[in-house]
Amino acid sequence: MTKQREIWVFIEQDRGNVAPVSLELLGKARELADRLDGKVCGLLLGHEIASEAERVIHHGADEVLLADHAELAAYRTLPYARVAIDLVQERKPYIFLMGATPVGRDLAPRIASACWAGLTADCTSLQIGDFEHKGNVYEDLLYQIRPAFGGNIIATIVNPETRPQMATVREGVMKMEQPDEARRGKVTKVSPQFDASDRVVQVLGREMRLPCCDLKGASVIVAGGMGVGSKEGFDLIAELAHMLGGEVGASRAAVDAGFIEKEHQVGQTGVTVRPRLYIACGISGAVQHCAGMDQSGTIVAINSDPHASIFQLAHYRILGNLHEVIPQLISAYRGTAK
Amino acid sequence: MAYNSVVLVKQVPDTANITGQAMKEDGTVNRAALPAIFNPEDLHALEMALRVKEQHGGQVTVITMGPPRAAEVLREALYRGADRVILLTDRKTAGSDTLATSYALKCAVEKTGDYDLVFCGRQAIDGDTAQVGPQVAEKLGLPQITYAEAIESLEGDAIVVRRAFPLGTERVKSTLPCLLTVVDSANEPRPPSVRRMIAYKLAAIPQEYPDLLEKWPEFKTEEKLEAYLAERDLKITTWGGEDIGVDYDKVGLGGSPTKVLKIDSVMLGAEESKEFEASEAGASALVQELVQDYIL
Repeated sequence: MTKQREIWVFIEQDRGNVAPVSLELLGKARELADRLDGKVCGLLLGHEIASEAERVIHHGADEVLLADHAELAAYRTLPYARVAIDLVQERKPYIFLMGATPVGRDLAPRIASACWAGLTADCTSLQIGDFEHKGNVYEDLLYQIRPAFGGNIIATIVNPETRPQMATVREGVMKMEQPDEARRGKVTKVSPQFDASDRVVQVLGREMRLPCCDLKGASVIVAGGMGVGSKEGFDLIAELAHMLGGEVGASRAAVDAGFIEKEHQVGQTGVTVRPRLYIACGISGAVQHCAGMDQSGTIVAINSDPHASIFQLAHYRILGNLHEVIPQLISAYRGTAK
Repeated sequence: MAYNSVVLVKQVPDTANITGQAMKEDGTVNRAALPAIFNPEDLHALEMALRVKEQHGGQVTVITMGPPRAAEVLREALYRGADRVILLTDRKTAGSDTLATSYALKCAVEKTGDYDLVFCGRQAIDGDTAQVGPQVAEKLGLPQITYAEAIESLEGDAIVVRRAFPLGTERVKSTLPCLLTVVDSANEPRPPSVRRMIAYKLAAIPQEYPDLLEKWPEFKTEEKLEAYLAERDLKITTWGGEDIGVDYDKVGLGGSPTKVLKIDSVMLGAEESKEFEASEAGASALVQELVQDYIL
């Protein structure tokens, strides 16, 4: 009997708080595993985090590889890489996925380099398919699909020969599945071994602040671009956003112009979002921006330039000056609310 | 105590300014139509290395891997203060993915000899992968500090670095040697120095001699030009795979585990699209429709 193919997901956590992207990936891994007749393993590293293992199973894992050790309390590249590399070499997973977070983007290339495995960054879609190359046919490979060249093209990458097939996946692009509390799985404890070379980096301190906005979780986003014209102009965007119970987004151009903080940036170099409603105001629709919002349910574009490419993407178009149109929308919505 | 730095840089197409002309009919990118620039975050990495040199002494060596044209970014590095620049160029490395590139760069960094710090930009704007830095660190057996924003202290063989993330900062202490990937909030890269531009404007690789002869016919022959450059230390060092002892099975298309299966152009388009007038009536009609469809 051949060994069942393993699809691994790195479960990123900070003091027991599992990153949403890891749960999103478990759902995707479940789908890939069902397609490949394989199993999903969650790789859970940290300290005093055993209670999270159930959650990982509820989100789709068949097995949790749990490394609980004081050296793993706060994320550090070397101890985490040591545990992951040793496990990869021992169990030879077929696919290994991580969130494209600062942690995932620090850790994944380190593991890939040690294992000489192919790695694709920032995927926005994953599929299973075949690949023909120089007369060989490789079946059931992971198609790692990502925007490239500033979002101007979409590339499909495969790793025909090396295992695991590694990919980091952007936050928010895979849908998080509802946990199934009846799911049962196995928890396998691993005992990591560290040596002095794994301890050469120490964390002296960490200051994290709460996000000022939650674009990824928002169901309505009102976003502004260069057409907003100023910092003050974003007050109008915010007014509409808050009235609709949504968040404020922005294009890179608006962020670069200093109208608004980078945290609000949507696009290839910002956040990827998929709200129910996306209202793009004064955004021309550069490909790099569209790459981060084209999965939105309904897109409304307000722009004074009839040739703005955002109009090609929009379900609803208003050709006009946003400074006039937004107040009209605000009063129209107030009218319906009465 | 002096610290020697190696800075890994990349020449990239200016993807931030892609215009209509740069896209081909089939939706692929016409690289030739894009200006080639010094990868922005690599300039911040170079600046960090130059400041270490100014405060503590030591040498700054800049390495780039790419086609002969990449010598342009090496001259820019010289204009800004690099002591030594090296072009790693070999047809057999063409098509290398991040892993194969990191292996070739690892061989080159080792060949430079004594180094305390390796600097890279956080990521390059053509691929946005941020993979090569950590992959090189692993191959060199060095600790890595990604998202580096500031060196808070450098003393003996210890470095304290502040890392910057979208939602906060972290301070870490590492032993040397180590590798840093630098973010764009780290510093304001210095502009090229006029004095150094005059000093290094002739710095060249042999493939550039014909162009130089056209501009400066008084040199008459490539040999005379080369002798002139050699005397003034203006010959940019070029290394091929053999010079750094690479195993050719691990570089180039063949040595790259990732393969591009296909490239699609980005096709944007809503299935159905409806226009509303920019007026109170139009705004009202749009809101009505959104409410009726349970979108609002």
